[in-house]
Amino acid sequence: MDDCPILRVGAKIMIPTILLFGLYVQFHGEYGPGGGFQAGVIVTSAFILYALIYGLDSTRRVIPPFVPRAAAVLGVLIFAGTGLASLLAGGRFLDYDVFAGSPQKGQHWGIFTVELGVFVAVFGVMLGVFYAFVGRGRPQ
Amino acid sequence: METAIDVTLLALLGLTGIALLRVYNLVTAAMLLAIYSLLCASLFTTLDAVDVAFTEAAVGAGVSTVLLLGTLALVGREEKRPLKRQALPLIMVVVTGAALVYGIADIPPFGAPDNPAQQHVAPVYLQESEAATGIPNVVTSVLTSYRGYDTLGEVTVIFTAAVGVLLLLATGRGRGRGPDDG
Repeated sequence: MDDCPILRVGAKIMIPTILLFGLYVQFHGEYGPGGGFQAGVIVTSAFILYALIYGLDSTRRVIPPFVPRAAAVLGVLIFAGTGLASLLAGGRFLDYDVFAGSPQKGQHWGIFTVELGVFVAVFGVMLGVFYAFVGRGRPQ
Repeated sequence: METAIDVTLLALLGLTGIALLRVYNLVTAAMLLAIYSLLCASLFTTLDAVDVAFTEAAVGAGVSTVLLLGTLALVGREEKRPLKRQALPLIMVVVTGAALVYGIADIPPFGAPDNPAQQHVAPVYLQESEAATGIPNVVTSVLTSYRGYDTLGEVTVIFTAAVGVLLLLATGRGRGRGPDDG
């Protein structure tokens, strides 16, 4: 869409705002509505908007196609790994009380890590599926 | 006021559904589906389920519309018109809908404090979760701490779904080409 200056300029304003909002939803999820699922789809939608305006090829230069696939795996591993770490620390699976000395701090860090895993997984899944759909029928 | 908003949103949902049935241009249908998702997101907001509304707006109205349009770019924009109208699907939908409306009579009133759903574990979560986890948002502490197993399951489910979609779609390299080159 090289001939649409309004869309290009509008997207330049929108994309950073969407990304910032996604991070807010991620890290403020303990206090307000939101969390890893919501932040993951919001951040993905920023990149999808980028792809719609600036083309799939530029988006693939920003985020190569292997990144979302790796992120989807990594996110599930972060989540399951947190559970494994709580087992190794002497607690039950996904029992965050055993982390960081005190139950309150442990819950805080456990929930933070788990939400991060959800975010990474959802981001990877959504962007990976988008790449697969839109990249079909054109050379890789 | 809230009743008026609910009635308006539900009426618009119904109208969108009927409009969806009547259009044969698939791009129009994709746009109508996006409107449907946005109306659903508004309804979730009036039900105080802001998290769900977020997700519905971003996934239903945003991402899935883009995916639908991406699909339409490959398969064409017009749906074939049926040769004659069929009565059986309409009868099935009307009967199922009537059964669901009949079933509403047995559902406890929405949001009433003495509902079974509010009597079981919900009071414990509401009263003790902040002291136990230090997290003010009960939804977050239930989702990630009390029900961490379930959430791990959900993440695994969407991961599995993505693996399925990628296996079906991401192989577009034509016949007789070499193995995956990235």
